[in-house]
Amino acid sequence: MTIEAFMLWGAMPALAASAVCATIRLLKGPSLADRAVAVDLLGAICIGFVAAFALAVDEPMLVDVALAIALIGFLGTVAFARYIERGA
Amino acid sequence: MELLRTALVIGLATIGAGLLLIAAVGTLRLPDLFLRMSATSKASSLGASCLLVALAVASTDVGIAVRALAGATFLLLTTPVGAHMIGRAAYLSDTPLWKGTVRDDLRGCYDPDTRTLAAHPPAKTPDA
Repeated sequence: MTIEAFMLWGAMPALAASAVCATIRLLKGPSLADRAVAVDLLGAICIGFVAAFALAVDEPMLVDVALAIALIGFLGTVAFARYIERGA
Repeated sequence: MELLRTALVIGLATIGAGLLLIAAVGTLRLPDLFLRMSATSKASSLGASCLLVALAVASTDVGIAVRALAGATFLLLTTPVGAHMIGRAAYLSDTPLWKGTVRDDLRGCYDPDTRTLAAHPPAKTPDA
C-alpha cells in the first residue's frame, strides 16, 4: 500500500469523521467553554488533515499551512479562555 | 529503506488519525466539560503531532522536516497551556460538574473575588 492511498482512504476519512463529531459538540455544547474546547479540537483535526493531505498529494510545502493553523488556534484558545473568565 | 520509511509513515499516521478520532468521540460522548477536556487535550495534541511527525519522516527535504517537527513541538507545548486556561476559566465561571462526580478537591479553594487558589478551603470562623 502506498502512502498516498493510505492517506486518501484511511487517515482522511477517519479525520473527517472526527471533524463531524467535534462539529456536533460545537453546535450542541451546553456552555461556552464546551464550544471553546470543540473549536480547539477542530483546530487540531484541521492540522492533522492538512498534514495527511500534504502526504496524500505529495506537496510537503503545506506544512506551513499546518504551522499557521497551530499558531492561530493557540491564540484563539487563549483569547477564548480570557473571555470566559472575564465575561462570566 | 524505502519500505521501512513507508511503514513508519503509515504507522505514525494510523496512530495520529486514531488518536484524533478517539478525542472526537470522547468529546461527543463524555458527560461534562472537564471529562471531555481530559479526552481532547491529551489525545488531540498527540494525534496532530503524530501526523506532523509522519510528514517529517516522509519528506526528503530537511527544511520541511524541521518545520514539521517544530510544528509538532509547538503543539505539544501549547495545547496543555490552552487546555489549562480554558479549564480554569470554566471552573471559575461555575461550569456544572457531572452529577456522578464523587470528589472535587478544589471546592471552596478559589477565592471568587481575587481569583486566586488557596491550598485549603478557608476554615469557617465561628461568627460566619
